[in-house]
Amino acid sequence: MLLLPCPNCGPRNAAEFRYGGEYKPRPQNPESPAADTEWADYLYFRENKLGVKKEWWYHRAGCGCWFLAERHTKTQTVEQTYLWEPEQ
Amino acid sequence: MSLTLIKQAIRGHKALTPMWQTHPLKESYELVIIGGGVHGLACAYYLAQEHGITDVAVLERGYIGSGGSGRNTAIIRSNYLTPEGILFYDESVKLYEDLAAELDFNVMFSQRGHLTLAHTDASLRTMRWRAEVNQIQGVNSRLIYPDDIKKLAPHMDVSDHPRYPVLGALYHPPGGIIRHDAVVWGYARGADNRGVHIHQQTEVTGLELTNNRVTAVQTSRGRIKTGTVLNATAGWSSLIADMAGLKLPIETRPLQAAVTEPLKPFLDVVVVSGTLHFYLSQSDRGELVMGASVDPYASYAQDASLSFAEGLAGHVLELFPSLARVRLMRHWAGLCDMTPDYSPIMGFTPVDGFLVDVGWGTYGFKAGPVSGYRMAELIATNATPDLIYPFRYDRFLSGDLVGEKGAASVGH
Repeated sequence: MLLLPCPNCGPRNAAEFRYGGEYKPRPQNPESPAADTEWADYLYFRENKLGVKKEWWYHRAGCGCWFLAERHTKTQTVEQTYLWEPEQ
Repeated sequence: MSLTLIKQAIRGHKALTPMWQTHPLKESYELVIIGGGVHGLACAYYLAQEHGITDVAVLERGYIGSGGSGRNTAIIRSNYLTPEGILFYDESVKLYEDLAAELDFNVMFSQRGHLTLAHTDASLRTMRWRAEVNQIQGVNSRLIYPDDIKKLAPHMDVSDHPRYPVLGALYHPPGGIIRHDAVVWGYARGADNRGVHIHQQTEVTGLELTNNRVTAVQTSRGRIKTGTVLNATAGWSSLIADMAGLKLPIETRPLQAAVTEPLKPFLDVVVVSGTLHFYLSQSDRGELVMGASVDPYASYAQDASLSFAEGLAGHVLELFPSLARVRLMRHWAGLCDMTPDYSPIMGFTPVDGFLVDVGWGTYGFKAGPVSGYRMAELIATNATPDLIYPFRYDRFLSGDLVGEKGAASVGH
């Protein structure tokens, strides 16, 4: 069982959460025609790495909050979880 | 055969020769296939058999068939939803039908029939849609209702008692199960007999590129010069592609499966329920082989979880209450390389000489022969065969996806 610490509610069973996939920044200029490859990359392509990965989680059976977690994809160790903040 | 077996038993099996040889690693090969599962070995076999290309090495980190090829639940079928998918998997079923004769090896393919249950009006509509598309493509598949389902699976509760009663099913008579190890061994022996080198315990540690072109493969046993590399490593394919500087539209998810203790034969058909997330068949040994859906988050850990076993047992018992006291014997996980559209990725990539046969998610084993056959054709002719053109890598750049909602255990 994976124990995931929600930034609001503390450690909870992973069954309470919904996994939201790998974190990646959105395309910088989403409307520009040149952004097609950026969109393809954003929508479909994944690092899918073996190691500590930054990913989205949603606490659906708890506070209803989306947050980020850094989890090792093999050992399942959760390094840290925190709320998203806009980049400066 | 049986007489030989008895003779060998008396003589302590001393005269038996290995089914494939071990070789020293050559300095260079025309083609290096990474991954010794059904896809890699089938490709090597058909390259040698159909195209006379034998300067091929198959590299396997563990032992052959130790990944997804030995961990799947061995279901073969072609009743998919997209026309592209149906044509493709139908050719696979036809290759499987002749495989025992082709390889001179008993792969125990049992076409016992395959039922995909519908528990809601919506899924009944989808089943009818699938049946129609299947029939147009010439695949034997039709919608049946509880009276007929009861005849095929008398022990299944098709009454209105379960929480999700069975309303109907997509019946696919050519579907069935196979002995997956035998398929892998048969291809390995066939490829080896024709001159392919199979290297087990050989891990790929890096790829060398010059001007965006593959030139060599670094392995735990040394360096191999080659101009062409085929990545057929399923759950690990992103890691191999990363060595070539290539990103894939793949996320690795574990898929768990389990078997019960052996029972007397009581279930002829393969039973699948998308709503209840399980599939169930009875092997020739009498064990019930069961699987469910992929784990809810990305992972490279092949762990078995209690929550999975509980969920699976609950769902199976919903329709087969008589199995309540049957014990689970084994429980394992395999890694699935899931793509966004539940279709594979086959063929050329932006890196010259780096080919892929990946993205096989939860439907890789049933496609082993056809993907091997067509990838061999692609390599020999240096052109993409029509049948696998829809599954090319470029489709993710142009947005031309093949949404395969008939794929197994992805719970749509």
